[in-house]
Amino acid sequence: MNSFTDAALPATDSTATTKEAPDLDAQLAKFTGTVGNVRVDNAKMSMTGVDVHYGDAQAIHNVDLDLGKNEVMAMIGPSGCGKSTFLRCLNRMNDTIESCKVAGSLTLDGEDIYERNQDVVLLRARVGIVFQKPNPFPKSIYDNVAYGPRIHGLAASKSELDDIVEQSLKRASLWSEVADRLDNPGTGLSGGQQQRLCIARTIAVSPEVILMDEPCSALDPIATAKIEELIDELGKNYTIAIVTHSMQQAARVSDRTAYFHLGRLVEVGVTNDIFTNPTHQLTENYITGRFG
Amino acid sequence: MAISSLILLLLLLTAAAYLIAKRRALQTVGGRRNASQLNSLPSHYGALAAIWCVVPALVLLLLWGVLEGPVIDRQVAAQLDPATLDGGNVNLLLNQAQNLVASGRIDSETDPLRRGLAEHYRDLQDRSGLLRSVLAIALAVIGTAFACSRITRTLRARTRVERFMLGVLAASASVAILTTLGIVLSVLFEAMQFFREVPPTDFLFGTVWSPQTAIRADQVGASGSFGAIPLFVGTLLISAIALTVAVPIGLMSAIYLSEYAHASVRSVAKPVMEVLAGIPTVVYGFFAVLTVAPAIRRLGESIGLSVASESALAAGLVMGIMIIPFVSSLSDDVIKAVPQALRDGSFGLGATKSETIRQVVFPAALPGIVGSILLAASRAIGETMIVVMAAGLSANLTINPLEAVTTVTVQIVTLLTGDQEFDSAKTLAAFALGLMLFFTTLLLNVFALHVVRKYREQYE
Ligand SMILES: Nc1ncnc2c1ncn2[C@@H]1O[C@H](COP(=O)(O)OP(=O)(O)OP(=O)(O)O)[C@@H](O)[C@H]1O
Ligand SMILES: [Mg+2]
Repeated sequence: MNSFTDAALPATDSTATTKEAPDLDAQLAKFTGTVGNVRVDNAKMSMTGVDVHYGDAQAIHNVDLDLGKNEVMAMIGPSGCGKSTFLRCLNRMNDTIESCKVAGSLTLDGEDIYERNQDVVLLRARVGIVFQKPNPFPKSIYDNVAYGPRIHGLAASKSELDDIVEQSLKRASLWSEVADRLDNPGTGLSGGQQQRLCIARTIAVSPEVILMDEPCSALDPIATAKIEELIDELGKNYTIAIVTHSMQQAARVSDRTAYFHLGRLVEVGVTNDIFTNPTHQLTENYITGRFG
Repeated sequence: MAISSLILLLLLLTAAAYLIAKRRALQTVGGRRNASQLNSLPSHYGALAAIWCVVPALVLLLLWGVLEGPVIDRQVAAQLDPATLDGGNVNLLLNQAQNLVASGRIDSETDPLRRGLAEHYRDLQDRSGLLRSVLAIALAVIGTAFACSRITRTLRARTRVERFMLGVLAASASVAILTTLGIVLSVLFEAMQFFREVPPTDFLFGTVWSPQTAIRADQVGASGSFGAIPLFVGTLLISAIALTVAVPIGLMSAIYLSEYAHASVRSVAKPVMEVLAGIPTVVYGFFAVLTVAPAIRRLGESIGLSVASESALAAGLVMGIMIIPFVSSLSDDVIKAVPQALRDGSFGLGATKSETIRQVVFPAALPGIVGSILLAASRAIGETMIVVMAAGLSANLTINPLEAVTTVTVQIVTLLTGDQEFDSAKTLAAFALGLMLFFTTLLLNVFALHVVRKYREQYE
C-alpha cells in the first residue's frame, strides 16, 4: 500500500495554523464516544468496555474495539494516551505490573482471555508482542531467536531449529547483518538491530496475533521499509496490531486505524477514510499536525 | 596544647581559610554578580585554600607522632652515663621513666636516677608538644596565605581540587592494598622461619599432622610431624558439606523471595533470614554439638553405621545453615536487579515463570550469584568455632563425613593458644598454615573472577 502521499492528507486549513494551547478539559469535553464502526464481521479479537487503571489513575476509559482476522490495525495517538497500555492488555502482559488492573471483556476467537482458567502461557504463545523498547536476552543472537521455538518444542531437530532461526532473521531483514556472528550476544547489536532481533524472536513462534509497539522507532528508512513489507506479508495470514507515531507508516501498512486520545478511543475507521476524511475534530487535528 | 584542641583549632583555621579564599576570589572579579568570570566556582577557591591550610599541618602532625618517641628516647639515653647504670638496661630504664611520666607519680620516693630521667623526659615532651603546636599552626597559616596569594581569576581551582580528591581516593584504595601486603609479608616472614626447620615438601605433602615437638631432645617421639594435607582435606570436606547445604537452599529461597513471594512476605522473610547471619557462631556450635551431632549418631546407628560423636557431617550441616543467608540475601538482591523488561520479553514469547527464571533471569544474574556463593565459601573455609565444637581436633586424613576431622583454622588456634614462645616449630607452623590458607582463598577468588569474566565476555 505504498500509494500514500502527502497529497492524500487533508489540506491544512490555513485559517487555523495557530496552535491552540492543549487544554485537557476542553479536549475531554469534545469526546462523546468513539466515532466510526469498532466492530468487524470476522473478529479475531474483540474488546468491549475495557478500563485499565494503574493504581488510582485510569489509563484506558471504556474502549470497544475489534481486530479482524488477517487485518492490520494501526493505533495512533499522542504520547501517553494509552496505546502501549491497551496493546499490552491483549496478551495480558499487564499482569506483570502489580498496580495495573484491567476490567472489561476481551476475547480471542470468542474465548475470554481474562477468564480464571485461561492459560496465560498459551495465550501469549498465540498472541505475540514486540515491545516498545528492544529487550534482547543476554544470550547469543541465535539463542534469542531460538528461545521461543525451543520452549514450545516447535523444532524436531537441530537443523529444523536452524531453519526457523534463519527464516525469522531473514523476514526481520537482519539475517545479512548477523549471519556470520550468530554466536555473538544479542545485547551487543545496535539499537535498530536489536529491534529487528526482537521482531525475529516474536515471529519465530508464529503467533496468530502479533502486537507491535513502535517496531520501527529506531530504524533507518531502508530497514523501516523492509519491516513494513514484512507486516504487509504477515497481514495476509496473521492479525496484526501496530502502534506507531508515523502517520505515513500507519497509512502505508494498515487496513484500519484507531486514534487514541487521553485514554479514550476517539475514532476508528478504514485507514484511507481516516486519513483523507477524519470525522472527529481531535483526529483531524492530530493527523494534520495541529495537535491540541 | 593537647592534640584534640590543636586539631579543633586547625579545623577552625580551615573553615576560616575557606571563607577568606572564597571572598578573595569574588573580590578579584568585583563581587558575586561577576562570579561567572572566575575560572571556577568561588567554593572551589575556598576548598583549595582549605586544603592548603589543613593538609600540610596534618602531615606534620602525623610525622611528629611517628618520630617524636624515638627522638626523645635518643636524647634521654644520650644523657645517661653508662657508669651510673646499676646493672640496669637502657631500654628498661627508659620504659620505667616513660611510665612514671604517664602515671604522673614522680615524687620524693622515686630513686634519684629514675626521677632525673623522668623529669628530663617530661621536660622534653612538654617542649616537643609546644613546638608541634606552633609549627602546625604556622604551617596552616602559611599554607592559607600562600593559597590566597595565588588566587586570580584564571587560577584553575576546580581542576586542582578535583585532582586532590582523586589523590585522596587513590590513597584510600591503597591503604587496603598496603595493609593486605603488610599482613602477607609478616605471615610470610614467620612462615619462612618455619620452613627453615621443616622442609616445605614435608609440610605440603605430608599426610600426618602431629605438631607436638619434644621439650627435651632425648624425649620419645621428639620430632613432631607437620604434614598439612589432613588439615586441608578436613577443611575442604567440611566446606563442601556446608556448601552442599547452603547453595541449593540459599538459591532456591532467593528465587522464591525475589520472584514468587508477595511483597509483604518478602519484607518479613528477608530480614528474618538475615538474622541467621547474625547469630554468634558459638551458638551454632552448641546447636551442632547438642542437637545435630546426637541426631546424626542415632540416625547412623539405626541404619548400622558407626558415627563418631564428633563428625564432619554435623559441623558441615550446621555451618551450611549458618551461611545460607550469605547466599540467599545477596542472590535475592541480584535477581531483583535483573530488568523487568527481560522477564517481559520471555513471558511475551509464552514462556512459563520457571522457564523464564531458569533461562533468562538466572543467567543474567549469574555473576552476582557466583559472588554470593564465593562469599559463603570463604566464610565456610574461615569458620573455626563450629568446627572446634562439632568436628573435633583430631587430624584424621579421611573423606568420610562420619568421622572426626579438623581444619586449618582450628589448628592455627590450638597452636597459638596458651603460653607460647614464638620460635618453636610448633607455633611457627601456624603461620605456614595461615599462608597456605591465604593462597587457597586467593586462588578461589581468582577462579571465581575468571568464571564471572568469561560469562561477561559472552553476554555483554
Ligand atoms: N507501569 C505503569 N505504572 C503507572 N502508570 C503507567 C505505567 N505505564 C504507563 N502508565 C501511564 O499510563 C498512561 C498511558 O501510558 P502508555 O505507555 O500506554 O502510553 P503510550 O500511548 O504508549 O505513549 P507513548 O507513545 O509515549 O509510548 C500514561 O499516563 C502513563 O503515565
Ligand atoms: Mg507506548
